[in-house]
Amino acid sequence: MIVTDWLQWLFFLAVLLAASWPLGLYMARVYMGRPCGLDRLGGALERLLYRRSGVDAGREMDWKTYGLAVMGINLIGIVAVWAVALLQGVLPLNPLALPGVDPFVAINTAVSFATNTNWQAYSGEATLSIFTQMLALTVQNFLSAATGMAVAAALIRGLARRETTQLGNFWQDLTRSVLYILLPLSLVLALVLVWQGVPQTFDAVIEAHLLEQPAATAPAPDGTTAAAPTGRQTLVLGPVASQVAIKQLGTNGGGYYNTNSAHPFENPTPLTNFLEMLAILLIPAAFCHTFGAMIGDRRQGLAVLAAMTILFAGFSYLTLAAESVPNPALAGIGVAAGPSLEGKEVRFGPAGSALWAAVTTAASNGSVNAMHDSFMPLGGLWPMLLMQLGEVVFGGVGSGLYGMLVFAMVAVFVAGLMVGRTPEYCGKKIEPFETKMAALVILIPPFLCLMGTALAVVAGPADAVSNPGPHGFSQVLYAFSSMGNNNGSAFAGLTASSPFWTLTGAVAMFVSRYWLILPVLALAGSLAGKKRLPQGPGTLPTHGPIFMFLLIVVVLVVGALTFVPALALGPVAEHLALFRAN
Amino acid sequence: MSKDSNKRPLFDAAIMRQAGIECLKKLSPARQARNPVMFTVYIGSILTTVLAVQAATGHGEAPFGFVASIAAWLWATVLFANFAEAMAEGRGKAQAAALRGLRRDVAAKKLAAPRRDAAWTEVAGNSLVRGDVVLVVAGDAIPSDGEIMEGVASVDESAITGESAPVIREAGGDRSAVTGGTRLLSDWLVVRVAADAGETFLDRMISLVEGAKRRKTPNEIALNILLASLTLVFLVVCVTLRPLSAYAVSLAGQGQAVTITALVALFVCLAPTTIGGLLSAIGIAGMDRLIQAGVIATSGRAVEAAGDVDVLLLDKTGTITLGNRQATNFLPAAGVDERRLAEVAQLASLADETPEGRSIVVLAKERFGLRGRDLASLNASFVPFTAQTRLSGVDLPGRSIRKGAADAVRALAESAGIAMPGDIEAFIREVAKSGGTPLIVAENNRPLGVVWLKDIVKGGIRERFAELRAMGIKTIMVTGDNPLTAAAIAAEAGVDDFLAEATPEAKLARIRQYQSAGKMVAMTGDGTNDAPALAQADVGVAMNSGTQAAKEAGNMVDLDSNPTKLLEVVAIGKQLLMTRGSLTTFSIANDIAKYFAIIPAVFVGIYPQLAVLDVMGLATPKSAVLSAVIFNALIIVFLIPLALRGVKYIPVPAAVALRRNLLIYGLGGFVVPFAGIKCIDMVIAALGWA
Repeated sequence: MIVTDWLQWLFFLAVLLAASWPLGLYMARVYMGRPCGLDRLGGALERLLYRRSGVDAGREMDWKTYGLAVMGINLIGIVAVWAVALLQGVLPLNPLALPGVDPFVAINTAVSFATNTNWQAYSGEATLSIFTQMLALTVQNFLSAATGMAVAAALIRGLARRETTQLGNFWQDLTRSVLYILLPLSLVLALVLVWQGVPQTFDAVIEAHLLEQPAATAPAPDGTTAAAPTGRQTLVLGPVASQVAIKQLGTNGGGYYNTNSAHPFENPTPLTNFLEMLAILLIPAAFCHTFGAMIGDRRQGLAVLAAMTILFAGFSYLTLAAESVPNPALAGIGVAAGPSLEGKEVRFGPAGSALWAAVTTAASNGSVNAMHDSFMPLGGLWPMLLMQLGEVVFGGVGSGLYGMLVFAMVAVFVAGLMVGRTPEYCGKKIEPFETKMAALVILIPPFLCLMGTALAVVAGPADAVSNPGPHGFSQVLYAFSSMGNNNGSAFAGLTASSPFWTLTGAVAMFVSRYWLILPVLALAGSLAGKKRLPQGPGTLPTHGPIFMFLLIVVVLVVGALTFVPALALGPVAEHLALFRAN
Repeated sequence: MSKDSNKRPLFDAAIMRQAGIECLKKLSPARQARNPVMFTVYIGSILTTVLAVQAATGHGEAPFGFVASIAAWLWATVLFANFAEAMAEGRGKAQAAALRGLRRDVAAKKLAAPRRDAAWTEVAGNSLVRGDVVLVVAGDAIPSDGEIMEGVASVDESAITGESAPVIREAGGDRSAVTGGTRLLSDWLVVRVAADAGETFLDRMISLVEGAKRRKTPNEIALNILLASLTLVFLVVCVTLRPLSAYAVSLAGQGQAVTITALVALFVCLAPTTIGGLLSAIGIAGMDRLIQAGVIATSGRAVEAAGDVDVLLLDKTGTITLGNRQATNFLPAAGVDERRLAEVAQLASLADETPEGRSIVVLAKERFGLRGRDLASLNASFVPFTAQTRLSGVDLPGRSIRKGAADAVRALAESAGIAMPGDIEAFIREVAKSGGTPLIVAENNRPLGVVWLKDIVKGGIRERFAELRAMGIKTIMVTGDNPLTAAAIAAEAGVDDFLAEATPEAKLARIRQYQSAGKMVAMTGDGTNDAPALAQADVGVAMNSGTQAAKEAGNMVDLDSNPTKLLEVVAIGKQLLMTRGSLTTFSIANDIAKYFAIIPAVFVGIYPQLAVLDVMGLATPKSAVLSAVIFNALIIVFLIPLALRGVKYIPVPAAVALRRNLLIYGLGGFVVPFAGIKCIDMVIAALGWA
């Protein structure tokens, strides 16, 4: 890999860290109800929304009420998306006259978009009408992101407040997340994308004149509906920029097109590639600063951010390194030497693709600009492990932070004992109830992952995987690692539209989202009820380098100990075979 | 329980024998189910035993020798954990047996009415109930805990405290409590029984040291949840590995799915059995260490709380300063010779048996060679201290000599129309400001000068407070002295703060104030008026010499009645938590090496290229699995001494302690098993076991 690739990697990290800082502090103002600037513009609209929907935004909620509100709007969302997808044939804005979606695929899609997973069992623009994409999916892109952000805000309040049951008002947190954070950022990003050539139109299709006459037998590449031997190609259009902006900013990842961010209409230039990667990690990184500012100790936020950044830097480095070596299987067959380009877009190259793979799996985004299935075995392993760690290396918007804070509580539990005190985090004692909730949050995703994978290899359709050997196993493991952690990216080789896959996937996505949100809220409620103990030389400092190191080790050890056997049977065996044989 | 018997060697032969039997008894499923981590190992042992039987018939999934040795070592793992617990319990039981000897059923003289001369009937000591009144005479054992209603007596409490000198117990005041099981050496007492049979201090002590009533503490429960969750994860990892490996076999077209025996072995190696097996031993041993320090805690929770203490309320007298003030200087008024002042002061103190009085005599002899004189030959009569005059002294023919506190002497002088000289007033202020106590000496109502009484701060206490400060623990000196005096001593002793002119209410208020700021407070006390504060404090250590009320209010009793003990209690609490954390870290860090041993061993048949993961270069796949299992079992035995003794405790700031323990137990836990498993593998290969 050439020097510029590494410079791009460093530049990306620098810009990400620089941009997250002001945004994080701004977000803290939003969640603390302080004037943030935009509230002067949107305040009237915000109040109108509350009035119209009968919400008393001043009334705070305890964790159960908060949880009910979260579940309520999310369940309604799931039903709504499902209904729209089923009925899209009779709904407007369907210029391609697409029929209603298969009910199982529709359930999977509904759960997928409500849970911020955006696993796509459907085939993008070839399955869904503009109406479904705009009013079902894009709405859920906003709502699911805002749900994660609200839950994170509630957990931060639990840590910041003392001796109360109140965690804030969910409707207010949801509204403010959308109105003051997600919408403005999406608007800016969408405009930049439009400037770079991303379509934003209600026109259905455009006809392209081909320079070369395709062979009649050539298979239609994904993203085109037809390749007629007439020298013309029909390209699907639609309100792409608006959906792409929120799919990245909200760590959703569900693309307008089936080929996702590899499609030139979603991600046309290196600049958009850079900005979209930035958009994926921006809010999760900023949330660390929000956390520090809200609990009144910025160093705590910095420590979490540093742990995430070090993990991300390590994993993205390894992914880049894995993709920068030539594939030994191609040696000596006349292919130009250099990094493997299979499955990658030439305009991004190996570095731009590998970095994206690390970004999209570190965050629970799941959009792809290259096919991970075609990566080198280790190039696929690192993104897979990033998901298996529980989507806490930046992670999803909000969900990454609350996941990481739970890991911090586990780290503090063991470390706190080692300094001779009963453990406390940010002045809150970690007692049996907290441990129980933390255990649920940390354990459920690995359970889903391993159980799902085991179920799929025992009972799943035998023809789902496209490769024999360890790579076929990797495809299955990757799928459940993705769904069980609300990521949504896929090893492309897997055929996941059968009822088995859509239903088990829907269950995995549902459980890994809400069975984590509820314990996190319970944890927040329990923490809020506690006193906040003052920090002193006798308390374990949770902002220093030792604790950061410990947090990183805990995340890695829990993930590694759980997945080492499975990974050994997949990418590790494949890697060793590939490099041994050649 | 004498002090010597407390210092039991770590591996006492009798205790080990007993533990050897106990560890077999603990194999009952009901006992095993109490510890979720070890219970899974127990189930695994049974499962592999069944598989071994199946293998013996020739239909097994693996050779009999392999399955049987795995099963045997899994049983060993369970037994070793049982043994660790039995060892810890055994040490307590030995102490309990000594105590139980005291509880011989004694006859009690139950009085019909709470008077010395009331009629009494002889009843069994264990039939007494709260509120009964008994008569105890010299030579009797006191039948139960109680409060003295009448009488003064000397009591031999050595059985409880280890202190051989008899103590005086009397009705009223702070020394009115008696403990069942102690013996009256002289006189008689009328005692109101304060505890029902089976609930006396002695009974509670026995059940505590035995660990019979031991309930898991919140922190232990939380740790158990964490360990159980980890166990559950590894269970899922191992259970799913069966279908996953079978699928891999179908994809690779070679090898065989991982055997159940190997899966159980992998699971037991991964599950945190090291800490799981030692956890209850650590808790029991923590209590044991406290008992060895001469402190009885009413609950394990109190011991944990001691580790969390942020603020120590320490009584000045006896903890920070030596018990008594000593005369260090004579400050004569203008026109008075210092020698004359010393002589008068000596005369006033000759008959004064208080330590202060004696120190004046000593100082006079040191400075001016004044010898003690016989009061009778001087025709002197001693005037004792009374609460009314607040003065003491002697009356000689024509001379009336008095000494006392400034305001008492000032009142005396003024009543005779003499004003306190200005330079004496200046001395009084100066002495008080420097932390001393001014004692004014007057002859015939005329103040002659000041004797400077000084509190002597204990040697080394300043350094201890500095250590505590480094650990983030704040020390507060509690004293009845005025703020000026208190400030000076506080500065000399190096405490962080002081509470002067302390009343029980002021102490209580101060404790509440710290607690509302989220701090954990520990204090010591002995009087009935300390009871509310002892009850309010998170850790309240009552002196065994104190009243029944104080002992019931606190959550620990210091048998030696040594207020400095609080510092040790904090250290023991911290050590207990550190041991738990360190062994948890060690246990989890071990897993990495075990993976490197087992994963290549079980998968190499399916994917031969995975052999490169065998970084230890183990002999055969079977010996690799067996070595990991044996290491996992033996490490429990090797860590028993550490669990019983506790990890080394050094008073340093939290960050330093964490770095140190992480290096030893984290890095150590990562490295040790690589070496250990390799060694065991070499032995197995040499012996040709697998």
